[in-house]
Amino acid sequence: MKDNKNNESPRTEPVQSATFSNSVNSEIRRAAATGIYDIRGGGAKRKVPHFDDLLFLGASISRYPLEGYREKCETKVILGTRFAKNPLELDIPITIAGMSFGALSGNAKESLGRGATLAGTSTTTGDGGMTEEEREHSSKLVYQYLPSRYGMNPLDLRKADAIEIVVGQGAKPGGGGMLLGQKISDRVAQMRNLPKGIDQRSSCRHPDWTGPDDLEIKILELREITSWKIPIYLKIAGARPYFDTALAVKAGADVVVLDGMQGGTAATQDVFIEHVGLPTLACIREAVRALQDLGVHRDVQLVVSGGIRNGADVAKAIALGADAVSIGTAALIAIGDNDPKWEDEYQKLGTTAGAYDDWHEGRDPAGITTQDPALMSRLDPIEGGRRLSNYLKVLTLEAQTIARACGKNNIHNLEPEDLCAVTMEAAAMARVPLAGTEWWPGKTGEFL
Amino acid sequence: MQVFDLESNSLRELNATLHEQKSNTNKGKWEVQNPRGRHAIAVGLDTAMDVRVMGSTGYYLGGMNQKAHITVDGSVGPGVAENMMSGTITVEGDASQYAGATGHGGLLVIKGNASSRCGISMKGIDIVVFGDVGHMSAFMAQSGNLVVCGDAGEALGDSLYEARLFVRGSVKSLGADCMEKEMRKEHLDILSKLLKTSGSKAKAEEFRRYGSARKLYNFNIDNAY
Repeated sequence: MKDNKNNESPRTEPVQSATFSNSVNSEIRRAAATGIYDIRGGGAKRKVPHFDDLLFLGASISRYPLEGYREKCETKVILGTRFAKNPLELDIPITIAGMSFGALSGNAKESLGRGATLAGTSTTTGDGGMTEEEREHSSKLVYQYLPSRYGMNPLDLRKADAIEIVVGQGAKPGGGGMLLGQKISDRVAQMRNLPKGIDQRSSCRHPDWTGPDDLEIKILELREITSWKIPIYLKIAGARPYFDTALAVKAGADVVVLDGMQGGTAATQDVFIEHVGLPTLACIREAVRALQDLGVHRDVQLVVSGGIRNGADVAKAIALGADAVSIGTAALIAIGDNDPKWEDEYQKLGTTAGAYDDWHEGRDPAGITTQDPALMSRLDPIEGGRRLSNYLKVLTLEAQTIARACGKNNIHNLEPEDLCAVTMEAAAMARVPLAGTEWWPGKTGEFL
Repeated sequence: MQVFDLESNSLRELNATLHEQKSNTNKGKWEVQNPRGRHAIAVGLDTAMDVRVMGSTGYYLGGMNQKAHITVDGSVGPGVAENMMSGTITVEGDASQYAGATGHGGLLVIKGNASSRCGISMKGIDIVVFGDVGHMSAFMAQSGNLVVCGDAGEALGDSLYEARLFVRGSVKSLGADCMEKEMRKEHLDILSKLLKTSGSKAKAEEFRRYGSARKLYNFNIDNAY
């Protein structure tokens, strides 16, 4: 007699769909419940080919290394040498990216200014204009000229050490800004000339020029107003980096700032962040190619941003042809964003440390992406500045360590020849050989 | 009267010379000859002086002006008085696109017509146009007054914030969240003053007022369609 219990068909383990993962399904349920698309801060969270997919070869017999602790390895960089009378000289090739007062608290902006100043580099304003505190605590301040022109005025423009005309942002190429009403305090509203508490939309395009020919005239106007003294940067999103860089040069930019899709934003639609734009790694060589084709590589400086986290990333971006990098998200983490010490409060917000990205809601436990006085007071700007300065110092030391190991006495002497790739995708994007070969996808002709 | 000829001197020299003038200057009146459509003439001025441009100009005439009084005996290209903070700019002829864009203050008078996007994103400036304005005028306008003595083109005041729009003639269509509003005494007073200051003979009672319906002020998915 058969034992039915023992003869039941064996069951396979439940299988989660790769296409309809738990995360995907949760978003479908959220969308079905609310009818509103998801808005969040930060940059692309999806895995894309990145600097981690590149390795430095270092030195051996064919290359001669420098002593890691003693021999000089220069890190200075001068931005804006093309037309400006007073280019910006930075001690390190790492700058702080534009982030607005409004999106960030006053203490966060002060921390960034203090930290950048201690490290000998620049920080950048954002949508909403320049605050007195920011100017006071930033020895070198880049003034963003954005489509919204919130807070834009010629007095502040002339106080700036450089102007950055923002055309695009890596997190949302083709998209404008968004600051929801929760963060529009009296001061933010006054600076932006808007009613308190309304959702504030920043335009996706500039109001008084439409193409590269117009832009050239706009740059002329800004130079005339500032007497040709300060550099003019042009910030573009990673979209069509070859053509956009070429047009930026044609329009008269001193510096091109190129922001890949891992670059953060204060707030926009999740679908925009994750599905529009190019990974940072895919942008650099195309931008450099444009500069080289026009004969202005190193004369028009290239600043790369979007996912820079450590000194290796800095060194790799520079080896691929950048003159400097810019950090935003990493700088916020350095001063306390997403710190596990606030885990209990992140849990109450339905998230966890490291994943918190509802920066637009203004309830940041770390006191950084908020205008709530009680939360803001949690961030000590002096301590925040010290932490950022330490972090920038580590990035610089790490990049120098790698440069010396490759035999370079100037970090800007790093070059693509110092690199290889560990994936086919990264090899294709960075145009460096797949590790152990002399080949990369798309390479034709003799190996040079 | 100081005379500056752009045929024999550069734009850089003109703007540098005008920037050098201080509030107590005894060179308070300037005539700029031969503008011939050049861009960025008299931009970034920061002193109460009179500048008269004898002919038509290109882009951004009087951009970011503060305190100065600029008159153009001709027409102007795109972006006249962009981001103006204070002072006055008077255009005897027509203006191209984006006249008064993002202006924070002061008065812009256009005695002819203004093209599209007149007063785009204005932030406190007053603009008086004796003739017509083109499409998308006062797009995302935040504050200030736009006075149109003629007709307005399509999508007037699209995505408007708190700017006041006054139109004497027809409006081809209103943009998203723009609506006609009651003309009360305080509006008639503002309008009368602007018309008088700008030299228009139009009567305030002949105008209609338009403003924000304020339905786009807070995010709502239904606004996306």
